[in-house]
Amino acid sequence: MSFPWAKPYEPKHPLMKWMDEKLPIPRLVYNATGPGYPVPRNLNYFWNFGVLAGAALMIQIITGIVLAMHYAANTGVAFNSVEHIMRDVNAGWFIRYAHMNGASMFFIVVYLHIFRGLYYGSYKAPREMVWLLGVVIFLLMMATAFMGYVLPWGQMSFWGAQVITGFFSAIPLVGEPVRQWLLGGFVPDNATLNRFFSLHYLLPFVILGVIILHIWALHIPGSNNPTGIEVKDEQDTVPFHPYYTAKDGFGLGVFLLVFVALTFFSPNMLGHADNYIPANSLSTPAHIVPEWYFLPFYAILKAFTFNFLWIDAKLWGVIAMFASIALLFFLPWLDSSPVKSSTYRPLYRIFFWVLVADVLLLGWCGMQPAEQPWVILSQLGAIYYFAHFLVILPIVSRIERPLPMPNSITEAVLAKHAPDAASGPAAA
Amino acid sequence: MVRPLGFLVGLGFITALVLAIFTTPLKNEPNVAYSFVKHPRHVKLASDGLVPHWDKAQLQRGMQVYKEVCSACHSLNLVAFRNIQDLGYTEGQVKTFAKGFQVPSVNPDTGEVATRDGLPSDHFPAPYANDVAARAANNNAIPPDLSLITKAREGGKDYIYSLLTGYQNPPANLPAELKPGTGLHYNPYFPNLNLAMAKPLADGQVTYADGTKASVDQMAKDVTAFLVWTAEPKLVKRVQVGWAVFFFLLIFTVLAYLSYRNIWADKMH
Repeated sequence: MSFPWAKPYEPKHPLMKWMDEKLPIPRLVYNATGPGYPVPRNLNYFWNFGVLAGAALMIQIITGIVLAMHYAANTGVAFNSVEHIMRDVNAGWFIRYAHMNGASMFFIVVYLHIFRGLYYGSYKAPREMVWLLGVVIFLLMMATAFMGYVLPWGQMSFWGAQVITGFFSAIPLVGEPVRQWLLGGFVPDNATLNRFFSLHYLLPFVILGVIILHIWALHIPGSNNPTGIEVKDEQDTVPFHPYYTAKDGFGLGVFLLVFVALTFFSPNMLGHADNYIPANSLSTPAHIVPEWYFLPFYAILKAFTFNFLWIDAKLWGVIAMFASIALLFFLPWLDSSPVKSSTYRPLYRIFFWVLVADVLLLGWCGMQPAEQPWVILSQLGAIYYFAHFLVILPIVSRIERPLPMPNSITEAVLAKHAPDAASGPAAA
Repeated sequence: MVRPLGFLVGLGFITALVLAIFTTPLKNEPNVAYSFVKHPRHVKLASDGLVPHWDKAQLQRGMQVYKEVCSACHSLNLVAFRNIQDLGYTEGQVKTFAKGFQVPSVNPDTGEVATRDGLPSDHFPAPYANDVAARAANNNAIPPDLSLITKAREGGKDYIYSLLTGYQNPPANLPAELKPGTGLHYNPYFPNLNLAMAKPLADGQVTYADGTKASVDQMAKDVTAFLVWTAEPKLVKRVQVGWAVFFFLLIFTVLAYLSYRNIWADKMH
């Protein structure tokens, strides 16, 4: 599970020796996140986001457990129980705002984590399984976040639940029965709220389980790095502790500073005013908009406005929205280039940045009403999104000529630090 | 196998999208109402920004406006009398204030529906017994509860202030279909332009105990400030705690950075 030069765990204290024989948890920690886990020496700050996502999940679980002590999952009192937390529970306003903005922070770091993987080719062999498990975590996060947003039982909770479960009614023949089965009724109601609360409490622990598998799968080949070149010998690596524990500590500080600024100074910036209105099945909000982290996918859903072949526009939208995430499962095989890092992929690098701009554009369009020019922009954005992964990427990885690469991580690091590395012949 | 299949799937989506582009009109349905709706005017309050405080005199005036004007139609369900101690009232004043309200109750001897004097633990009583009564009395429009109103509307406090001060005669060029119908009133800050609530404030409508002149603008500002408080009584505390947490974490982050630099000092990376 590690490199041959990994420092072996040698318990010294008799108690630790005793523990090591009975239940070797200290050994596990030592070998997984301690001095016994060698990591490439050249990781940049983008490698902080995995640890930060883990921290975000822990914050969500802890604040969520406390919220569940005061929240009541019943349509009659859910809205007021949240306001009771905001007004009467000691520090309830802090716990609730932290949980609300914690979800956004979780998605921010996970999106950066995903784009890090896309830029540096972390999804490629030998790390396909790490990537696949990551996509599973992403899907579970989306389900959890959606159900959590329904719990305050505000207007956007109700109508969000109505729209999202409405996707299932697009399935031919069985759509409507499936939707009713999911909701436990014809419209979102008490049965829906109760099951969403139950699942919202369950899924974070499922996510935790998949994260353990994600890390386990990662620790078999070890971390990727900005050069994308695999570790060759000991001088390419440093022990995880203290090197990366220290770097992650600093990263955690910066993450928490942003988190705190959002939670305490502008806690409703990323929310919707409508969710401070109690749910009302008789009054539809002017614009039903999901939370910001779903907007690019929502834009893809709305981009399909034409009945093509025997599939109607709504079903196209739903299929495309699910496909836009599902295609990530095939990414390790869509991109056949053996070169991982975009640093050495001049052509892919361009398309990567176009994809980043495209996803931001889709997100912006997702926020807008169904009017021009937003409709055509989301249609163009969706075309690029699918073209990027399913057409451009397979072609680029075939025709691209990678830049010359260093022989090892250490060589890349030394070249970076050599004076006039680019111009001086001595650098070679 | 993945790549050719993916290529076909991608082509399918792209074709559907290209067809969608060519079949979707590029011109929007004209919406005349848009050009008459005005953006809310900014109102500056002591509770704004990164060093907020409650202007207690203003909150007390705002509560007076709520009690004497708004509460005729609008409830304030989430606010208890005990909460108004935040506005600078003493416990005794809160008790007296609560006593001035009759709240629903049952007769302890007969079990019949009755009312009793308010206690600090009671919430502001609602003006109508239920939604049907509220509808019946207000031209079929339920007056919304005001507890969260500054958080529950786009534009927040600015919107509430603008709406209260924004009543005016419809402009001459307003198309006939946008003119206010019976029982509706023109207000360019309201998204539909016409709302069921009549102009609620007129100069001198309340008499402030502190001698402040009760202009429409002043009353609108005061009640808006009060409603910012009702929407989030912990707002000022939240920002104050935020700064303490922020500086604590800033010190942590600086120390973490120095320790990171120290540990990596001997390693090129």
